Amino acid sequence: MVSRTEAARDDRGPGRASALASRRRPERASAPELQRAWEVAAAVADPEVPVLTIEDLGVLRAVEVDASGVRVTLTPTYSGCPAIDQMRDDVLLALTAEGYRDITVDFTLSPAWTTDWMSEAGKAKLEAYGIAPPTHRAGERGGPIPVMLGVKCPRCQSLRTREVSRFGSTACKSHFECLACLEPFDHFKVH
Amino acid sequence: MNAQLNDAELTAEPQPVDPSDAAQPKQRDAAAVNAEYDAEAADVHGEVTVDELDLAAELSGVPSAKATADIAEYALRLGDDALILSQRLGWWISRAPELEEDMALGNIALDLLGHARSLLHYAGSATGKSEDDLAYFRDEHEFRCAWLFEQPNGDFAHTTVRGLIAAIWMQELYTALSQSTDASLAAIAAKSVKEVAYHRDHAVQWTLRLAGGTEESRRRLLEGLTDLWTYTDELFRDDELHDRLDGIAPRPSSLRAGYDEIWNAVLAEAEIEPADYVGRKIGSSSGGGRHGNHSTHLGPLLAEMQVLARRHPGATW
Repeated sequence: MVSRTEAARDDRGPGRASALASRRRPERASAPELQRAWEVAAAVADPEVPVLTIEDLGVLRAVEVDASGVRVTLTPTYSGCPAIDQMRDDVLLALTAEGYRDITVDFTLSPAWTTDWMSEAGKAKLEAYGIAPPTHRAGERGGPIPVMLGVKCPRCQSLRTREVSRFGSTACKSHFECLACLEPFDHFKVH
Repeated sequence: MNAQLNDAELTAEPQPVDPSDAAQPKQRDAAAVNAEYDAEAADVHGEVTVDELDLAAELSGVPSAKATADIAEYALRLGDDALILSQRLGWWISRAPELEEDMALGNIALDLLGHARSLLHYAGSATGKSEDDLAYFRDEHEFRCAWLFEQPNGDFAHTTVRGLIAAIWMQELYTALSQSTDASLAAIAAKSVKEVAYHRDHAVQWTLRLAGGTEESRRRLLEGLTDLWTYTDELFRDDELHDRLDGIAPRPSSLRAGYDEIWNAVLAEAEIEPADYVGRKIGSSSGGGRHGNHSTHLGPLLAEMQVLARRHPGATW
């Protein structure tokens, strides 16, 4: 069995380039087959934020392929996120449509999902879509007093923005308004 | 999602035509195509239905981990706390003081439901029960939640105080539990603690806002504190289960210092003294929740939560 995992992705640092380099590194003789299965699963879109793939989001954790079938591991973003059920179904359908069979999709809670796993390409796509991406890496600021960094308006780029509510349209987002262009927008919370 | 995906959906083949459709002649063609396709599809892809996957199988953190009886009892307590508070908070959706609070309380309820699902799934692994079996088909005396979580929503100030006590406690608890020697409990706790941090922040902000708002908002907050602070002690009570779970579950009493530090800091910021809420009313929590002795509030809550599953066993949508 060969496998590919994203478990150490945050250690490699953010960035599409590093993820691609790693993906191209042949791990075993059947790496191309593994690569193909990974790409099929990786292309599945987040049902709530359709500009992001589950790979951009960091939800796709591992793909294993062997003679007995394909095993995909996903991790939920937030514990109660209902989108994970849809992602599981979509991965199953995408792989089935490509001719794979004996597919299992498992879930893991550990290590806990963090926005640090979101790709740079994903962040750029979020901003273009009108959602302010996470402002920094989750591990960067510790301490007992939570201090907000300025969140840039995805429409006019102003930093004159205000958090309306820590809880937005989905569990992973908070609700902001821009004091410059007066538009409301979602912010993908650092988590 | 329980949708059964038929082969036609998988490859965009024509669907069987509704018999009531005016174009009757086409029905046979479509059926024939489907029958033919079914035979072919079985060959190409095998039988594929989404129902075959056990969604919850891995949600407890460690694939196919099986809890011991003691660990299952412990997971049941924490799972019930989260489940019952989630059910309470769900009531606020469409009734909160403002739209943002509908969303905030709904989001918090959803996080808690996720925690409950993981914990109850793990608890059920000891006896072969699913999280739904445990949520819907246990009676009142079989629930293990503490009294705090079953207390009525009251007004928004009561809900805020209940949320404050719950979130400070859960953050201390899950922080400690993430170091558990039991890998499943540690995984669930490490996941949950990040979400509970938002819940605590939400409760702290509203506590400060109500305390420093109008005379009426402060009066209501003090009412909430007076009614609910007595349910705090039950959360920190050790019993024989914790003796047996040394290293697996933190002793509740060991969480008290960390809890008090945060609680006192928040109330100091809100300029509230213990004398403003302690001892203003007679009564305290009997605290029998961990052993199945509950306040009068749990029964009606369960009746509402369980009625559909019990009246229509196996119902899905």
